[in-house]
Amino acid sequence: MQARLSVIALSVAAVFALSACGQKEEPKPVAAAPDAKPETVVKLGHVAPMTGPQAHLGKDNENGAVLAVEELNAKGMEIGGAKVRFELINEDDGADPKQGAIVAQKLVDAKVNGVIGHLNSGTTIPASKLYFDAGIPQVSGSATNPKYTQQGFKTAFRVMANDVQQGLALGEFAAKQGVKTVAIVDDRTAYGQGLADEFKKAAEAAGIKVVATEYTNDKATDFKAILTKIKSTKAELIFFGGMDAQGGPLAKQAKQLGVKALFLGGDGVCTPEFMKLGGEAAEGNYCSLPGSPLEKLANGPAFKEKFNKRFNAEIQLYAPYVYDAVWVVAEAMKRADSVDPAKYLAEIGKTRYDGVTAQIAFDEFGDLKGGAISMYKYTGGKLEYVETLGGGAVATAGSEVKEAVAEVKDAAKAVAGAATAVGKEAVSDVKDAAKAAAEAGKDAVKAGAEAVKNAADATKAAVDKK
Amino acid sequence: MDIFLQQIVNGLVQGSIYALVALGYTMVYGIMGLINFAHGEVVMIGTLVTITVAGTLIKAGMPVALAGLAGMMAAVLVCMALGWALERVAYRPLRHAPRLTPLITAIGMSIVLQNLAMMVWGRNYLTFPSFLPNMDFELAGAHFTAIQVIIVLVSAATMGALLLLVYRTKLGMAMRATAQNPAVASLMGVNINRVIAAAFVIGSALGAVAGVMVGAYYEIAHYQMGFMLGLKAFTAAVLGGIGNLAGAMLGGILLGIIEALGAGYIGDLTGGFLGSHYQDIFAFVVLIVVLMFKPSGLFGEKSGDRA
Repeated sequence: MQARLSVIALSVAAVFALSACGQKEEPKPVAAAPDAKPETVVKLGHVAPMTGPQAHLGKDNENGAVLAVEELNAKGMEIGGAKVRFELINEDDGADPKQGAIVAQKLVDAKVNGVIGHLNSGTTIPASKLYFDAGIPQVSGSATNPKYTQQGFKTAFRVMANDVQQGLALGEFAAKQGVKTVAIVDDRTAYGQGLADEFKKAAEAAGIKVVATEYTNDKATDFKAILTKIKSTKAELIFFGGMDAQGGPLAKQAKQLGVKALFLGGDGVCTPEFMKLGGEAAEGNYCSLPGSPLEKLANGPAFKEKFNKRFNAEIQLYAPYVYDAVWVVAEAMKRADSVDPAKYLAEIGKTRYDGVTAQIAFDEFGDLKGGAISMYKYTGGKLEYVETLGGGAVATAGSEVKEAVAEVKDAAKAVAGAATAVGKEAVSDVKDAAKAAAEAGKDAVKAGAEAVKNAADATKAAVDKK
Repeated sequence: MDIFLQQIVNGLVQGSIYALVALGYTMVYGIMGLINFAHGEVVMIGTLVTITVAGTLIKAGMPVALAGLAGMMAAVLVCMALGWALERVAYRPLRHAPRLTPLITAIGMSIVLQNLAMMVWGRNYLTFPSFLPNMDFELAGAHFTAIQVIIVLVSAATMGALLLLVYRTKLGMAMRATAQNPAVASLMGVNINRVIAAAFVIGSALGAVAGVMVGAYYEIAHYQMGFMLGLKAFTAAVLGGIGNLAGAMLGGILLGIIEALGAGYIGDLTGGFLGSHYQDIFAFVVLIVVLMFKPSGLFGEKSGDRA
């Protein structure tokens, strides 16, 4: 009897736990309108780790997708003469490549119309083959490893700059900080390793010496051993390729060990969570994010407000990208007037979508065209925007750039005038005057370049607003 | 040399944490031959309860150190109740079942507890309030902090107290008797159910203390933090000879130091062929070698006198 009772208790507990796992905030399907129009259900698969150390980022991604789907359904799109209702099928890959392939197969079997995700490069790359074989378009909002789009799969897209661009920007940024030696740590995931390798290339090209290469994993909490080794190399900078759950404690433990090096990381550590976990150790260090900061983008602040209101949570990292990814797929379906993957796939490549995160357009590989990289500084528990490197900002420059150019010309003229004046006054010392003129000219060019950059930023914001 | 010393300090602290958790495994195993895989989760719940209780008290204006102590007390009480409930609900009904059944149940309970914790505390990482002022010491080039010293002292003191309990008290005698032969012990008037429940309750209280130490050391917590920790601690217990208290302590510290030295020197020793992510290889090679020559672990006895 006793045994029976507790078996029942156990199974009740198990059912409870299981139902908790399955309990996701899926959008309540809007009741079908009473009119006689047929309704098409579009199934979108969404994959991210919902369990494990990156579950908080997975939930963030899911929220981005949920928000987009809710808006799409509220808007009521019509495709091929039928009203469409989007339905999100959320899967958990636990950031594990094996699990990623399993859930990808599950989505293929469920005949989804498209896939949003996965979150991690490590799960996205093996899954992309399954989607390609089944002809299902896949748009990731966060997989930044270059390999994802280099496999020749025409179903693979991403709405964010890749790690070649990011690693390059980070390497150049490090060189600009005057760093001479660097220690690189990565978490041996496709993302962390890929980013660290690209950074290494860029850093070495910029003349920085890599004095130590250490490894950890994406579940580790203790980094003192590798940090002690790094300390002995007296590296001036620690570069970390990995996620916030490891990066935060790593920065903190470095400080505890008395390591004086600066800390630099990519998008995986550019999160509020990193600062929460790193505490004081995060202060004054830098990280990068693909794209431009949300508050500088036309639709950014509105999205942030919407997101906070709907989920009562802060955006962690990729939610706006995932949100855009869903819209990219929906818009492609609309243009193709079909929800059939074979028919609307070609339209994704032709995307010109004014998203929250960027002007989205894809190159022939499915990578985001002109992906910009922004640098941030951890200041007072917040991410402070520093600058945007690369990207298509200049390409979209309009009249403001012309104005800026005019400004530069004017400035140059003024400088030249001043220089000749100086020259006239100091005829006896022509050499000095020439030097001064050259100096002044240099400054003017610098100021001009600044002006162009500012104008470009302004233009981009203006274009985004339109 | 200072680097070597620093690695030893790193390993000693990490090892003391393993040892504290390993004591919980070894106690339960010693008495009933069950590997309680849910023990790592008990540790995790100890950390999370401390965060909630201490966090609330600090917000209410209580001094930090006092709130920390209150949080720890709450964690110990919650974990004791949890340990008792685990034994009562999941393991007692299976006491006469084949050995594999309670093992699978233990893994099941571990998953249930993880998911419960995820529901209660959410998926995000939680920061552990810092109870201690950030005191730094330096000795011969090795840095260490107050919390590191406390961790080593607490695990040594806990092991001492446990040894006293097992070898100097009536309950301890009952435990040793149960370990040797439950049937005979019960004929001699030992209440087996009470002894086993006591082992779970005490083991879980130790788990809670370990949880507080882990939280205070890394200052982060997460609903899955117990899994890896539990696995490592279990390895430490096996290394030292599972069922033996001193063995668990020694196994934990050995494992910690081997890991730290492995991570620190494996790259140089193999000329860069193996990197620091192979640190676990070091630990497991040592484990395999020890088990080849002493299958029951460093301190393990062949039979009988466990606990």
